[in-house]
Amino acid sequence: MTPRRFLVPMVIGAILLALSSIYTVSETEQVIITQFGRPVGGAINRPGIHAKLPFVQDVHRFDKRWLEFNGAANEIPTRDKKYIWVDTYARWRITDPLRFYQAVRDERGGQSRLDDIVDGETRNAVASFDLLEIVRSGNRKFQVTEELAGIGSAEAMANVGTGRARIAAIILEKAARITPEFGIELVDVRFKRISYVDTVQQKVFERMVSERKRIAERSRSEGQGRAAEIRGQKERDMLSASSSGYKSAQELKGAADAQAAAIYARAYGRDPELYQFLKSMETLNATMDDKAWLILSTDSELFKYLESDAR
Amino acid sequence: MRGPVDVGPPGQFRVPPVTPAQARTIRTVAAIIGVLAVLLSSYYQVEPDEVGVVQRFGAYARTTEPGPHLKFPFIEGVTKVPVQRQLKMEFGFRTVLAGQTTEYSASPEVRAEAVMLTGDLNVAVVEWIVQYRIRDARSFLFHIRDVEETFRFMSEASMRQVVGDHSVDEVITIGREAIALLAKDELQRLCNLYGIGIEVQQLVLQDVNPPDPVKPAFNEVNQAIQEKERAINDAWADYNKSVPRAKGEAEQAIRSAEGYALERVNNAEGDAHRFEAFHDEYRKAPGVTRKRIYLETMGTLIPKAGRRLILDEKARGILPLLQLGPTAEVKP
Repeated sequence: MTPRRFLVPMVIGAILLALSSIYTVSETEQVIITQFGRPVGGAINRPGIHAKLPFVQDVHRFDKRWLEFNGAANEIPTRDKKYIWVDTYARWRITDPLRFYQAVRDERGGQSRLDDIVDGETRNAVASFDLLEIVRSGNRKFQVTEELAGIGSAEAMANVGTGRARIAAIILEKAARITPEFGIELVDVRFKRISYVDTVQQKVFERMVSERKRIAERSRSEGQGRAAEIRGQKERDMLSASSSGYKSAQELKGAADAQAAAIYARAYGRDPELYQFLKSMETLNATMDDKAWLILSTDSELFKYLESDAR
Repeated sequence: MRGPVDVGPPGQFRVPPVTPAQARTIRTVAAIIGVLAVLLSSYYQVEPDEVGVVQRFGAYARTTEPGPHLKFPFIEGVTKVPVQRQLKMEFGFRTVLAGQTTEYSASPEVRAEAVMLTGDLNVAVVEWIVQYRIRDARSFLFHIRDVEETFRFMSEASMRQVVGDHSVDEVITIGREAIALLAKDELQRLCNLYGIGIEVQQLVLQDVNPPDPVKPAFNEVNQAIQEKERAINDAWADYNKSVPRAKGEAEQAIRSAEGYALERVNNAEGDAHRFEAFHDEYRKAPGVTRKRIYLETMGTLIPKAGRRLILDEKARGILPLLQLGPTAEVKP
């Protein structure tokens, strides 16, 4: 009866002992072991099943993956005194869990240290560059459409020496130099968002509006100018067409007149007197009508025989 | 039928007696549940667009392809990763209800994703989507915590970096395609750098606008450009209405002059030939021909005249008046 009475508690005890002396490490974890609160051995990175002393040793798990860090948006003045919101993000990982555990205890502690470090370095970096350097990455020349040529900030010459990506790299470099003392490796820092503070944004919008208005005005006036030019062209082309038509017509007529004159001269030149006689007869005949008075002398050739035929 | 359970006096707890038959039933049920649990825990199925990543005691063991599979119960766990599925992330807006009439919403936080500074220090509102695929399930699961947020931030940072190197006009109009391509490349570069196991398939710009307070001014520019084009078109229309016509009229004057020239020369030649022909005959008998023509002309000429007076030099004193026609009437 006695063995049977103790069987159940013994089994339970054995299971507890077994569970307390093994632990698993996931693919995404790393672990340190403490014995009565004191760290024993190094970090355990290898995923799988592991053994430890039961009850006296505790397992502290830390993530092995890249962890998130989302910096609070900060209002920072740039070197050229423009106030902007700078929102960075970073990725970090725990490279030395033991030191991490000792220095900041857990992720919350790590995040708060990173806040200080990354925000501080961001502030330093942003404050030592002009806004243009922080926004742009290089000296790429903007493409400008015909409508906008000559107007607008798009044509302002950029002179970017460092550039956005490089500034982020500077922040990373400086911050990453501090973090190893917390067992943290900072793997990347990047500008997530950069935006104007409200008052500056208002001014920027006003500038954008006035710039657009200038573009619109110029466009309209260009249209009117071009239209006037076309109207002028129209006048020119019309006058050119009609006058060149007139010129050709006159030349044609002149040439024909000359040719006709030559023909007449050659023909009538045979006997100018006869031509004069015939033409006179024709003209006399043509000018006579019923309104005309015809006064003839009896001396004329026609009436030679009127008075007497006796000759 | 048994009555209510007798819990006995306070401080004592009495389990109702279990008969052997009941005990057997309980054991059978427990055994079935146990077997079922083992079976359910060893069987899993991977859908066609997924792979299964199996971990034993937390350590990566293997990746399994679509189909039914077995694993060790309890000590192995499986995570299914949709590696074939095209995933989509939206920036600056959210699709609330996809369908024939897709609904979008945008809270202030979501709107803030789209507001960015352009390279000419202006502001643009850029909405875009990223379509991506999980290329490496293992890195996707084990390399980065909160992949979704990380990927979202990477995408925002890439887009802002690219937009930061373009002018507001490029962002809104001519540079859209180039920007989408550059942002995609930058995002893929970051993915490789982070080892996030994602392949960016497409990055597509959606609505790209100037900020709301500036929109009317931008529209005004468009309107002004339209006006400009209209003014030019109107002027050309006017030109086209008048100039071809003037050219036609000039052409008409030339043709007409050509007609005149032909007529003039033909007439001259006709007249000349007529004269020459006449002259040939005339030369044979000039005197009589001349007289004949004179008298013929007079013969047709005199009857045509309205009034005829024939004066005799010798009868000057009496002023003879001859009325030869019926209408002849001398007014005082």
